[in-house]
Amino acid sequence: MGLLSSSVSITRYKVHGKLNSPIVDRVVEGLKKNKISDIDGKADEMMVGWTSFDNPFQPRFDDSSFVYGTYFVFSLRIDKKNISLKILQKHTSMESAKRMAENGRNYLTKTEKKLVKDHVMNVLSLKIPATPNIYDVIWAYEDQFLWFFTNLKTANEELETLFSKSFQLSLIRLFPYFAADMSSGLTHSERDGLNRISPTRFVT
Amino acid sequence: MLDVAVAYNRYKFLGDEFLTWLWFIIEQDQHILKKVDAELISLEVGNRIVLENHKKESGERITIKGDSASLEEAILALKKGAMVSELNLTYTSGDLKWQFTLKGESLNISSLKTPHIGLPQTNEDIEDVVLEKTYLYERIVRLLENLYAYFIKERVSNNWQNKVVPRIHKWLTST
Repeated sequence: MGLLSSSVSITRYKVHGKLNSPIVDRVVEGLKKNKISDIDGKADEMMVGWTSFDNPFQPRFDDSSFVYGTYFVFSLRIDKKNISLKILQKHTSMESAKRMAENGRNYLTKTEKKLVKDHVMNVLSLKIPATPNIYDVIWAYEDQFLWFFTNLKTANEELETLFSKSFQLSLIRLFPYFAADMSSGLTHSERDGLNRISPTRFVT
Repeated sequence: MLDVAVAYNRYKFLGDEFLTWLWFIIEQDQHILKKVDAELISLEVGNRIVLENHKKESGERITIKGDSASLEEAILALKKGAMVSELNLTYTSGDLKWQFTLKGESLNISSLKTPHIGLPQTNEDIEDVVLEKTYLYERIVRLLENLYAYFIKERVSNNWQNKVVPRIHKWLTST
């Protein structure tokens, strides 16, 4: 869901760590190193990478076009080939029959079945185009926060992995405990108190 | 720092308590809302509220939705020990209006609708529109952060058991 959509979801993160100066150059390096590459016509089933917010199908990070005011704005793209189970079953059955005829047997070993399945997946992956999913990112470097415009668990996990790989910085999701611990301005003793609390019962 | 999975699971009740407290202050303690956001005109419960009762072995989930939904059933669920796990809110500041949903378990924001702004007409417009939209998102994120910080300060203080919990109890039993 794009950040300019009429309705959005936001997952909030705290960014832990600092980049070496010049910051923009380090961000460009991280984005370029893990830029999305097209997998159409290739055997890959899935690809995750960074793309440009304003041009998600022709990513370019050669200049500072991803800098908007004090924010870095770019997108995570997840391209996935969705091969339906029925298509997979059909082609696996056809390929199995072909191999059994070639071998003069009426069965395949466990290893042969796996090889057939892998082969069919490869062949289908070459033919089927990937479906792109694009999720926008706003990163306020100085304020050490990042907003990711989806609440989808898998997309958030991909973001956390790729961000760490690209920038050697960690993302801490601001769910209730960490929002309390890191973003609520608690004193040392209040933080001790936080670690001791247990659920409240408003009615007995 | 606590392990992420441990922190998530052990303290996820905090988010539900926050939303339950938030509903209480919306109903009973509006001055707190003004204290955390000087530009606030109003914060109201919107068109959806979800409650979960973990006291029951099977777990119970009640969803109340619709613009004219009655909240009596939600109060009844709270009286039986449920907590608010999802809350749709309408925030007004000046003549601008936002609508969004908060989830207790994750503190994620979803279905966020900001005041309308025009879409970029040219490439040169994009930066201005993104910055304007970001400002509108930031208003809600700051509101959430300030409310949550206020709640947490109360939650870890003696005030919580001595004053806040009895007031919420009184609100529930007298409604």
